[in-house]
Amino acid sequence: MKKAELMDYDKALELFEPVLGFEVHVELNTKTKMFCGCANEFGQGANTNTCPTCLGLPGGLPQVNAKAIESSIRLGLALGCEIAEYSRFARKNYFYPDTAKNFQTSQYDEPIAFNGQLTIELESGRLVTVDIERAHMEDDAGKLTHVGGQAGRIQGADYSLVDYNRGGVPLVEIVTRMIEGGEADSPEIGRSYVAAIREIVKGLGVSNARMEEGNVRCDANVSLRPRGSNILGTRTETKNVNSLRSVERAVRYEIQRQAALLAAGGTITQETRHWHEDTGITSAGRPKSDADDYRYFPEPDLVPVAPSREWVEELRATLPEPPAARRKRLQADWGFANLEFQDVVNSDLLDAVEATIAAGAAAQAARKWWTGEIARLANVAGVAAHSLVHPVQVAALIELVVAGTLTDRLARQVLEGVIAGEGTPLEVVELRGLAVVSDDGPLIAAIDEALAAQPDVLAKIRVGKVQAAGAVIGAVMKAMRGQADAARVRELVLERAGTAQ
Amino acid sequence: MTNLIKLSAADLSGLLADRSVSSVEVTRAHLDHIAAVDTDVHAFLHVARDAALATAARIDARRAAGDVLGPLAGVPIAIKDVLATQDMPSTAGSKILEGWIPPYDATVVRRVRDAGLIPLGKTNMDEFAMGSSTEFSAYGPTHNPWDLDRIPGGSGGGSAAAVSSFEAPLALGSDTGGSIRQPAAVTGSVGVKPTYGGVSRYGSIALASSLDQVGPVTRTVYDAALLHDVIGGHDPLDSTSLTDSWPSMAAAARAGLADGALKGVRVGVIRELAGEGFQPGVRQRFGETLALLAAAGAEIVQVSAPNFEYAIAAYYLILPAEASSNLARFDSVRFGIRVNPAEGPLTSERVMAATRDAGFGPEVKRRIILGTYALSAGYYDAYYGSAQKVRTLIQRDFDAAFAQVDVLVSPSAPTTAFKFGEKMTDPMAMYLNDVTTIPANLAGVPGMSLPMGLAPEDGLPVGLQIMAPAKLDARLYTFGAAVERLLEATWGHTLLSQAPELAPTEMFASEEGVV
Amino acid sequence: MSEITAEQVAHLANLARIDLSPEEINRLTTELGQIVDSVAKVAEVATPDVPATSHPMPLTNVFRPDTVVPSLTVEQALSGAPDHDGDKFRVPAILDEE
Repeated sequence: MKKAELMDYDKALELFEPVLGFEVHVELNTKTKMFCGCANEFGQGANTNTCPTCLGLPGGLPQVNAKAIESSIRLGLALGCEIAEYSRFARKNYFYPDTAKNFQTSQYDEPIAFNGQLTIELESGRLVTVDIERAHMEDDAGKLTHVGGQAGRIQGADYSLVDYNRGGVPLVEIVTRMIEGGEADSPEIGRSYVAAIREIVKGLGVSNARMEEGNVRCDANVSLRPRGSNILGTRTETKNVNSLRSVERAVRYEIQRQAALLAAGGTITQETRHWHEDTGITSAGRPKSDADDYRYFPEPDLVPVAPSREWVEELRATLPEPPAARRKRLQADWGFANLEFQDVVNSDLLDAVEATIAAGAAAQAARKWWTGEIARLANVAGVAAHSLVHPVQVAALIELVVAGTLTDRLARQVLEGVIAGEGTPLEVVELRGLAVVSDDGPLIAAIDEALAAQPDVLAKIRVGKVQAAGAVIGAVMKAMRGQADAARVRELVLERAGTAQ
Repeated sequence: MTNLIKLSAADLSGLLADRSVSSVEVTRAHLDHIAAVDTDVHAFLHVARDAALATAARIDARRAAGDVLGPLAGVPIAIKDVLATQDMPSTAGSKILEGWIPPYDATVVRRVRDAGLIPLGKTNMDEFAMGSSTEFSAYGPTHNPWDLDRIPGGSGGGSAAAVSSFEAPLALGSDTGGSIRQPAAVTGSVGVKPTYGGVSRYGSIALASSLDQVGPVTRTVYDAALLHDVIGGHDPLDSTSLTDSWPSMAAAARAGLADGALKGVRVGVIRELAGEGFQPGVRQRFGETLALLAAAGAEIVQVSAPNFEYAIAAYYLILPAEASSNLARFDSVRFGIRVNPAEGPLTSERVMAATRDAGFGPEVKRRIILGTYALSAGYYDAYYGSAQKVRTLIQRDFDAAFAQVDVLVSPSAPTTAFKFGEKMTDPMAMYLNDVTTIPANLAGVPGMSLPMGLAPEDGLPVGLQIMAPAKLDARLYTFGAAVERLLEATWGHTLLSQAPELAPTEMFASEEGVV
Repeated sequence: MSEITAEQVAHLANLARIDLSPEEINRLTTELGQIVDSVAKVAEVATPDVPATSHPMPLTNVFRPDTVVPSLTVEQALSGAPDHDGDKFRVPAILDEE
């Protein structure tokens, strides 16, 4: 549907109540795959991390990765889930070339975790509690490349190529219950929910959590219920929405699209839909059909997973503070205004700022450096700010500024040196000879020189035009190549004019 | 000079150990015999003559160098084609895998190689082990050495025929519902299905994962025990593999050779498998064997297993269901043949469907469709779910029986070897052939078949099945060895010594360069 | 008698990705009907109080340590493939979308 044909968003909400549901796939960052000892990494050549098991060769058999079970349980606990006393893998049977065994080893009616809850906070401050139906374990599919036809599209391709390096990588699929009452906030709920999941898995360290690399993938279910009705509408499932902003846009688009269709007397087809990042629309995929008879049955090559309660409690004890609670605590501790704190969070610098403060820096200084100069340099270099410099070095830099050894301007040069690998801030100061000149002798000489060039300045100061000192200070700083403490220079100039307090 | 091919693996082991013969001599003798008779028997799908001789030479060299070798080092072995071998094609008797050489060895194959055995080649089988006659092999049937017009049993007819025609002293088989024991019975050889989880399934091309078990195929109980010791034990690559430490099966078999080994053994005769509707000669030999056992001091106890009558039904739901999923991977993408549809566009879906139509034989298709049906929405509970419950009931029957007796016995198969084509057109008649062997697979308990005579009406071998409680495979070997000794003492010879000599064919001549 | 129809068999063949001919479908319809009739007897004893057994030997918690083991080489991985292009498996155009 063209954007012009969509129903106005407010109008859509007037007529319909959106009902949401999300399936989020989280790729675990275990060293090996879910069911074999092949490395869980891709990026080198295709099909380099495969074996008879993950290639689905005749005779291959699965072996469960203990770490993946542990990560799944921890994730389940972090989502407030109950952990099953008895859980089983099941085969989900369907044919597809990226699925080596032509069944996915997943879980069906006995998932590892179920009945959880996640409360998210919207920008308005509204709290929304999302009920988690289940979190289950499964293996990922390989990667298809479509050749010929439209660039990379499956439609019209001449043939496809398969790389099974990703095949068998452990996934946890988190399935929500129906989310009702989202109303106009529905798109934001989608974004915030996925952001919260991403934050949780990152905090747990169970996933690299990079959406752009597919570590976290979201399928968004949207249906509309006419106002006054209690009958659920037909839902669509928009697959693989892979950025937070896209989740928000896709939900909003589906609400507007479905509303336009329904208002025109049309019906919604139960189908999967594809999200197009470039055009911001969804398009019809495969309709749900008989072919979705997945013939689930318990995986006979694997035995049940029955985590002892002791083990579950041990794992519970390893859980980090929930991200939302941690944020609340840190903002209070640091005394940041909402905007200041949001700035840190949105720049993904919470850990870096926290570590810098832990290393002795004042909270505001840490925030200022990270969201300011470091973020700017990172942006130029095209890397994440926290990867640019270690928090301990930033704290050391701040300490030098506080001690008066460096001005802000000098400190920026020192930072560049640290990033360039020249050593600690102190080492860079020595190496580059950048410390503030604290001996008054050279300063007075420079001031004399500047006053000689601008003889009327002292007179101006004496008649109260103190700002005239600025010109002299500027000249002195220039002459000292910045290695002077401007405040001290000012003091000395005023002293000379005889107006110093 | 002794006829090397007629010796048991245990005897060959002794001659090799004291260097009376070399492994190359032993291996060549078997290869020559294969060349002479296998055109008629067709036990082998692939013979690795050069590789076998080279391996034998290496073993001889190691022995000469004073290396400490296992008891079966230098002894030749035939390997069922269901097992992945990285130097030989592994087709599971199916056209869809024609020529496929796996990039890895099955765990049992690896263990056999590590123990210094000499793989001779790959043996014929019903396609994907679905069948009781080898008539469903895509590469033509194997013939029973006792009567070349008859079936050698199945699915492991190739391995059973290989040992019973003296082409190999040892073979590996796999048993999902009787594929080791029923061929052993109809060829007069010995076959053992170990406790489920006792032997690794890694690299065994799966038929039904919860039923499959790899095991030894031999001419004597003691040889089976020696081979069991080589292939058994925990394998981390098979998640259903048992971690138990196992006693030596060979020692257990030797214990059975002691005088009085049968005294006081409580032998359970399962009323439901006692021979009603079985071939008269089978019933007769079974009765005689029981009488001999009783005379030797065993206590014969009648036991009942009321749920066994549901075993075939449960089996033919569980097996096809698991098989339909296990065989999904045969899709022309990563291995195996690829067949394009006769007409229409070449899409991935259509090529897969055409490949599976052309590559699978009729029995495989039948079971895949049946299994797909049993698992599909709306039928699962009535079929697959119910079959799993029957499994519980059958386990309970076994538990109740083993509370009263030490071992259970029955004929291994209802009939002796039937003629080719007799049951091909009636799937249910073929399925009923497994009535005696299936319960052990459903419950996971170990079972053995050993010869108990020839049926008077057709002069063909009849097998005795012995079953023991789960994990007590050693008991099978002790009891089996004792029964074997008792029977052979009664007959005054081994059963296989009565088999007709197979005439060499032209193929032998061509090997000699005459043609 | 079970009520297996040719349409049902055709649908099952589609699920199982086997391009059965009309003759095969007809033959299988008859055979499947007979087989299903005879295996349906499991329902006679499979009462609700009987638990299902899916593994003959009851094991639980069989895990493998998260330690990398050598993979196949790319050559080995591709060695049995009917078709490949460089280091990837090659398949005909895919119509369905997952």
